[in-house]
Amino acid sequence: MTEAVAGKNLVGLRFLMMGTAALALGVVFGVIGGFQFLYPGFLEALSFTSTRPLHVSLVVSWIFLAAVGGVYYYLPNKVGLPLWSDRLPRWHFWIFLVTGLAILGHYLAGKFGGREYFEYPAMLSVPIVLSWLLFGINYFKTAFRHARQWPVYLWMWGTGIFFFMFTFLEAHLWLLPFFRDNMVREITVQWKSYGALTGSWNMMVYGTAIFVTGKIAGSEKVAHSKLAFAMYFLGLAGLMFGWAHHTYLVPSEPWIRHLAYAVSMSELIILFKILWDWRGTVDCHKRNAHCNAYRFFVAADYWILLNVLLAIAISVPAFNLITHGTHVTVAHSMGTTIGINTMILLGSVYYVIREELPMTVRAACSKKVSFGFWTTNVALLVFFSSLVMAGMVKGLFDGGAFQQMMMEIRPYLVVFAASGVVLMLGLWVLLYQAFKQLWKILEANRHVGDAKVEAKPLPA
Amino acid sequence: MTAIFFVYSAYVWTAGTEAPQHAAPTEQVMRGQALYQDNNCMACHQFYGLGGYMGPDLTNVVSRMGPDYARAFLIAGTERMPDFGLNQQQMDDIIAFLEFVDTMGVYESPEYEFKWYGTVVAKND
Repeated sequence: MTEAVAGKNLVGLRFLMMGTAALALGVVFGVIGGFQFLYPGFLEALSFTSTRPLHVSLVVSWIFLAAVGGVYYYLPNKVGLPLWSDRLPRWHFWIFLVTGLAILGHYLAGKFGGREYFEYPAMLSVPIVLSWLLFGINYFKTAFRHARQWPVYLWMWGTGIFFFMFTFLEAHLWLLPFFRDNMVREITVQWKSYGALTGSWNMMVYGTAIFVTGKIAGSEKVAHSKLAFAMYFLGLAGLMFGWAHHTYLVPSEPWIRHLAYAVSMSELIILFKILWDWRGTVDCHKRNAHCNAYRFFVAADYWILLNVLLAIAISVPAFNLITHGTHVTVAHSMGTTIGINTMILLGSVYYVIREELPMTVRAACSKKVSFGFWTTNVALLVFFSSLVMAGMVKGLFDGGAFQQMMMEIRPYLVVFAASGVVLMLGLWVLLYQAFKQLWKILEANRHVGDAKVEAKPLPA
Repeated sequence: MTAIFFVYSAYVWTAGTEAPQHAAPTEQVMRGQALYQDNNCMACHQFYGLGGYMGPDLTNVVSRMGPDYARAFLIAGTERMPDFGLNQQQMDDIIAFLEFVDTMGVYESPEYEFKWYGTVVAKND
């Protein structure tokens, strides 16, 4: 059955498909890395120095691709703002794909640039900047067409785009001798940029959460509410000044760390409040109409609560002294990237699928998605808890050799690796279902192509 | 708010991260840093607790354990660390880089002062 609709712009779906593929592959390298932690000789042909960046880069790519794909899809099709250019997203897509493949090739060949998160040779950052520039120009040219008051998600997407560019460039300041020659400066600026980089993608993801939940509830009220704007400003403050919990133990000026302590984590509490309130506004009919998407946002809410507790512990410098440099930090990263960001972005992907295939995708929760959903979340909870336990044991380990400490945490790492396999399988089910449906949408619309969408006013 | 952020960023990039005992790195240190990055050592090791967790933190490994201790690992590797096949000159370069990092500050000070509002100040901070 064909469900092609003339006047649709589906360029964003290509980003969503590439994102699901990136995550499906990224978790494989995560599982391999987990086993290499336990058995250092495991899969010797692919060393841990390669599996770690392969995992990190692919998973971070998923977050960006799913967020960017959502923006490209929602602006013309759901917000009523036709893209300023239909050609730039195609350039963006192909530059990102070719650069991404080049980066993966470098990792597999053992050619590194050796920087956290950006472990590829620095030259490959040039096309990334270029592709982001194309995205930024298109976004702002599109969004500025609308003179009326922006809803909060337009601010959040725009802020995420702007600050990604700024922080990505800042992350490359180490190339200048002024930064590289002073290790304290080099490390502090590096982690300042990474903290803000995370903040920039959170802006895009949380903006997506507010947009999609508003659509499911059939109301734009939240997107214009004072609470949502309060969250936006707190998130912005966190992005700008809240990064320093990474560097409490780096001997920079103490006030930099104190300021970070004061602002950190407040935006998560407000996001929790927004999602909690939103659940009460969605009636049974709307909930069932978007059952697959709805449950991911509910899951994200619970993961926010868990991560807030952990984040508070990490942000209090006295606790940070124990948790810093341990697997508690990894638990925090996994809890936020999988529990919060991935749940929100899967909710967004499944919302798009339901909107595009209303005749073939059942309104009720599908059994396969339910299976993947529960497998993923239960496995993630075990995975998360084992990392917290391993980190606490490491943090409280009183001296002794590194190898001794690794033996102490080994039982937790066994649970971590085993639950990682189950987590991968759960995510694969979800990603396969999503990929298959996205493919179906693009196939159905192949003869229609991406079309100019008529502008319509934003809801008040 | 954005203007404040840019002023703040400029401060962090300059006076906020000035290291008093900072000496310019030598050619050898820079070669060592390049080797450290080319071999992606941070995938497993950390400076100031930041990096990978497969191996130990290396911020003060030279002053705490001695250069020969670090060299022994570079020569033979361990169960967790592969032998990277470095020659003598390359090992010297990496040790020089680790010594340079060591002079910049102390990670995990033996003495901390806890404040009532939850912050911590290292005695050597």
